[in-house]
Amino acid sequence: MQPFSGLALLLRALQGQRSWQPQWRKAQPRPAYDALIVGGGGHGLGAAYYLAREHGMHHVAVLEKGWIGGGNTGRNTTIIRSNYLFPESAALYDHALKFWQDLAQALNYNVMFSPRGVMMLAHTVHDAQVFKRHVHANRAAGVDNEWLTPQQAKAFCPPLNIGDIRYPVLGAALQRRGGTARHDAVAWGYARAADALGVDIIENCEVTGVLRAADGRVEGVRTTRGEIRAPRVGVAAAGHTSVIMQMAGVKVPLESYPLQALVSEPVKPVFPCVVMSNTIHAYISQSDKGELVIGAGTDAYTSYTQRGGLHITSHALEAICELFPMFRRLRMLRSWGGIVDVTPDRSPIIAKTPVPGLYVNCGWGTGGFKATPGSAHVFAWTIARDEPHPLNAPFTLERFRDGALIDEAAAAAVAH
Amino acid sequence: MLLIDCPYCGERPEPEFAYGGQAHVARPARPAEASDEAWADYLYFRRNTRGLHAERWRHIRGCGRFFNALRDTRTDHFLGTYKIGAPPPPLADT
Repeated sequence: MQPFSGLALLLRALQGQRSWQPQWRKAQPRPAYDALIVGGGGHGLGAAYYLAREHGMHHVAVLEKGWIGGGNTGRNTTIIRSNYLFPESAALYDHALKFWQDLAQALNYNVMFSPRGVMMLAHTVHDAQVFKRHVHANRAAGVDNEWLTPQQAKAFCPPLNIGDIRYPVLGAALQRRGGTARHDAVAWGYARAADALGVDIIENCEVTGVLRAADGRVEGVRTTRGEIRAPRVGVAAAGHTSVIMQMAGVKVPLESYPLQALVSEPVKPVFPCVVMSNTIHAYISQSDKGELVIGAGTDAYTSYTQRGGLHITSHALEAICELFPMFRRLRMLRSWGGIVDVTPDRSPIIAKTPVPGLYVNCGWGTGGFKATPGSAHVFAWTIARDEPHPLNAPFTLERFRDGALIDEAAAAAVAH
Repeated sequence: MLLIDCPYCGERPEPEFAYGGQAHVARPARPAEASDEAWADYLYFRRNTRGLHAERWRHIRGCGRFFNALRDTRTDHFLGTYKIGAPPPPLADT
């Protein structure tokens, strides 16, 4: 691996920057590995990296049916925060937030983590009560989150229109440690670092079946590039997790919905933070390129199409135009959809499955990007030790049978 | 935006409808006797089919009535709609 540094950039400039190598190998599948990860997004690539880095498992392959980071890792609005209500969730997401803070140094890859603050707007009395409850719960759990008056919210984000709108801003919850990161760089940084530790990253390799031994154990997978054997298989396939798990005969409580986002034409820096409004459903921040990155809500129906209805994105834009009148004349450049896997309680599943040797990391729904490093870290632990890390121990598949839900769905009190 | 063929009103745009999830999910006949697994199955586990999906819709901003539809979740193409109480079409993965 060629290390990245200012000095390296300077020295290679003398050679016209022509001596850089590809950042990871185009690996061909070998017949057998110690572990396979299905899904080459941030969660899967990160899991492979931590398997090699922290658990000494270097014979690992990541199987990706398309190109790495081409699924939800490259399709989200890059928001990072950890101010969830329940202690289990806040601990898991804060585990991730702590990784974000020095991820660029750990991977020697600039993931452009920018803790510019995430502000969640309250538009109704109910919103205000719920957010204040979140603020107090977070403070008790040691996670920063503070309540702002409408004037304080406007001071923090001057473009915000707090008064002259149908649902006036009654206040906001602000997590200052939250922010954004560059989503592509997260996939590429993990891929490069994992590759340097011996992990094979195999693109254009779709899993078509799960191989089981006579005693039920996982033996590997069947793919479009042949059979690959391994005693441990971790599935991190986001919206397509149900499809993979069905191949192994495991039922998962997931439904896959399209979630859309869009970006505007690039403009000069005008927007200092991340603003989310669950009630009128819009998410916005400005990328370092200058584009406004805008997130919409999910479509109403389950689908695997990676596209959604125009009325969903136009609804989000109407909310943006109300909240930030100065954006009304901006043109949108691109829009796209991702397929998100939603659980009944809107909390993820990072767990062993009834099939020995098969592990699953899914159910991140509309908010998986923020958790990428923490999720990958505890998933690698779960695969390597065949038991959950204390942080993901509550996020089992069995909680739906046992009634031990981690009900962030009810806590957020909005349609996700 | 989908165009949905309500069996009572005809083709209407998607915002007139509410989605009702997988169709033909039967509540256990004797809830008190259902195992935890069976009850969890009923409450939380859906097929999440990638392919032909039998699903409920309600024409909530129209006639108000529920009906079922068969849709391919790979393309969002509707193969057809049918009234509540009618059996699922043989193509459906139910």
